[in-house]
Amino acid sequence: MKHIMGNPIRHARAHVTRNEDLIFERGSPGKSGVDLPPLDVPAIASSSALGTEFVRSEIEGFPELSELEVIRHFTRLSTWNFGLDTGLYPLGSCTMKYNPRINEVVARLEGLATDHPYAPESLVQGCLKILAETARCLAEITGMDAVSLQPAAGAQGELTGILMIRACLAERGDPRKYILVPDSAHGTNPASVTISGYTVKNIKSNERGCVDLSELKRTMNEEVAGLMLTNPNTLGIFETQIREISDLIHSKGGLLYMDGANMNALVGIARPKEFGVDVMHLNLHKTFTTPHGGGGPGSGPVAVRAFLEPYLPSPALEQRPDGTYHLNYDRPKSVGRVRAFYGNFGMAVRALAYTLANGPEGLRQTTEDAVLNSNYVKSRLKDLYDLPYDAPSMHEVVFSDRRQATRGVRTGDIAKRLIDYGFHPYTTSFPLIVSGALMIEPTESASKQELDAFIEALRSIAREAEEQPETVLKAPYTTRVSRLDEAAAARKPVLRWKP
Amino acid sequence: MPYPLELLYTKEHEWIRVDEGIGTVGITDYAQKELGDIVFVELPKTSDHVTANEPFGTVESVKAVSEIYSPVTGDVIAVNTKLQNNPELLNTDPHGEAWLVRVRLSDPRETEKLMTAEDYEAFIREVKQR
Repeated sequence: MKHIMGNPIRHARAHVTRNEDLIFERGSPGKSGVDLPPLDVPAIASSSALGTEFVRSEIEGFPELSELEVIRHFTRLSTWNFGLDTGLYPLGSCTMKYNPRINEVVARLEGLATDHPYAPESLVQGCLKILAETARCLAEITGMDAVSLQPAAGAQGELTGILMIRACLAERGDPRKYILVPDSAHGTNPASVTISGYTVKNIKSNERGCVDLSELKRTMNEEVAGLMLTNPNTLGIFETQIREISDLIHSKGGLLYMDGANMNALVGIARPKEFGVDVMHLNLHKTFTTPHGGGGPGSGPVAVRAFLEPYLPSPALEQRPDGTYHLNYDRPKSVGRVRAFYGNFGMAVRALAYTLANGPEGLRQTTEDAVLNSNYVKSRLKDLYDLPYDAPSMHEVVFSDRRQATRGVRTGDIAKRLIDYGFHPYTTSFPLIVSGALMIEPTESASKQELDAFIEALRSIAREAEEQPETVLKAPYTTRVSRLDEAAAARKPVLRWKP
Repeated sequence: MPYPLELLYTKEHEWIRVDEGIGTVGITDYAQKELGDIVFVELPKTSDHVTANEPFGTVESVKAVSEIYSPVTGDVIAVNTKLQNNPELLNTDPHGEAWLVRVRLSDPRETEKLMTAEDYEAFIREVKQR
C-alpha cells in the first residue's frame, strides 16, 4: 500500500475511501488461515498419490493471509456492490425489480433447498408439483399451451425456441434459410438465429420505431422460417400492428417468435398467444422477481402453442391420471436436453412464490405500475432530453443525447455523472437505432419519491451539460476510481495477476 | 474530417476506392465517430468471396458490435492484418491506414449505385437531422 505510506490517519481509514489491493498483494509469507490437526495416518509423498505430473514444487505469489484478513478483504469488496437493495437500478431492457424476501424464505425451506435431482420421482413429488404449477402459471399468463422450464437464461430460451422452429419446419419438409430480426432487437436474437443454422435478415424500423409492415411484406417469403420480435420493442413501444405482422408471417408458412424480455409490460394485460405468437421465452430473473445479475442464476422458460409441444426439451414433466408427476424421456421429436436436470429449480420456486403471492389482480397492478412509472419519468424529462420516438410507450422510455451532444456531452458521460447522484446508470447506447440512447426502465419497484429524486438528478445533469459541460465529462467524482480507460481495457485486457 | 473526393460511399457508412478493378474498402469517419473507441475487428480471409450489401465482417467498439457491409461483389485479395493488433487505427485514420480489405470486383458497374463524397455528406446531414 505504497500510495498511502506516511499518512497514518488515511491509512487507518483506507478501506472507506481507497481502492482495495488484490488479495495477492496483501499477504505476507508464512501466514495461514487454517490450523490443520496433527497427521494421524502415515505420511506419504503427494507425488506417489497424485503422480508427479500433478505436483508443483512451488506456487508463485500464492496469497498467504489470516482468516480475518481474508474475511475483511471480501467483506469490503462486497460493500462496494450497487444493487437493488441499495438504490434505484433503472437499467433499461433488464427489468431490475425488487426480489421479495418471501421468495428467499420459500426457496430456503428445508425440503426444497436440500432435495437432490437424482432422488427417485416418488420422493420428490412436491418439487415436481412446484415445477408443474410454475409452468401452468406461465402458460396462463402467456396464453400458451405448453411450457418447458429447462433453459437457464433468456438467450438459451431463444436458442431453444429457434431450434424448435427449425425442427418443426424440417419435419414439414423444409427448415428454410432465414429468420427476420428487426434492427431494434437485442444482440442475442441474431446470435440465437446464427447458432441455430439460420441466416439473419435485418428488418428496418419505421419512423415510429416499429416494424415497417411494407418492408416486412417485401422480405417475407417461403425461404423465411420466421420472425423474432420483441413486443413491446426495445424502445418500449407496443407493436400495434402485431396482428397484421403475425398474419403475414403465418400466411407464408413462417412462425412468430417473441422475445419475452419486455413481458413486464404485458403480464395480466395481454397474452402473446392471442396476438399470434407461436413460441416465446420468459425471463424469470426479469419479470418474475428471481435474482438478476451476480450469478443469478437466470431462468428462461419457453412457452409454445400445442403444435410445437412435441419439440420442447426433454424430459417433459407430465401428470399421470392418479395425480402423480413423472418425467417423460420418450420424446422422439424433442430438440433434446438444453440444461442439466430440470432447469434452475430454485428460480421456479421463487417465481411461483411471487406469482401466487400477487395473484391475477396483483400481477396486473404490477404491470400497470411499471408502465405508469416509466411514463412519469418520460413526461418529466422530455423537455430537457430529446425523445427520438414520441409514440405512447410502455414499461421503459428511450431518450437520445442529441441536445447534450451539442455541448460535447454524450450518453456515457451522463450515465457516469448519475453515479455521483447515487443512482445506477440507465442502459447506454442501446437500442442501436437511437444515436446516443438513454434507456430507462424504472420498474414498478420505484416509489414516487425515488423517481422524483432520479428525475431531479437527470434534470440537474442536463443543466450541468448546458452550463458547465466539463463537470459532466470528468464524472464520476465520488467513486474510488474515476474514469476508467474502457478502450484500453478492451484492447489490451489484463486477465490475470502476475507477480 | 473532410470526405475524400476519390472515394465512393455507402448508406451503411463504408467507403471504397476503385483502381483498375481493385476496390479498397474501409469504414467512414462518421462510422468510427458513432462507434466510439474501436477495440476489435473481424475480417474475412484472402480469397473469400464478398457480396454487395451483405455483411463481410464486424467492428466492435466499447459501445456495440456492428456488421460491415460490402459495397461491391468480388473476391478478397488482401486483408489489412495491421488492424488485428491496432484496431485504434480505425479511429485515427479511417480513410487511410485503416483500410479493411482489397477486393477484385466481379462487376465494376456496381459502383455506379454508390454515393460521391458530396452525396455522402448530404446523407450524413440528413441522418443527423432524424
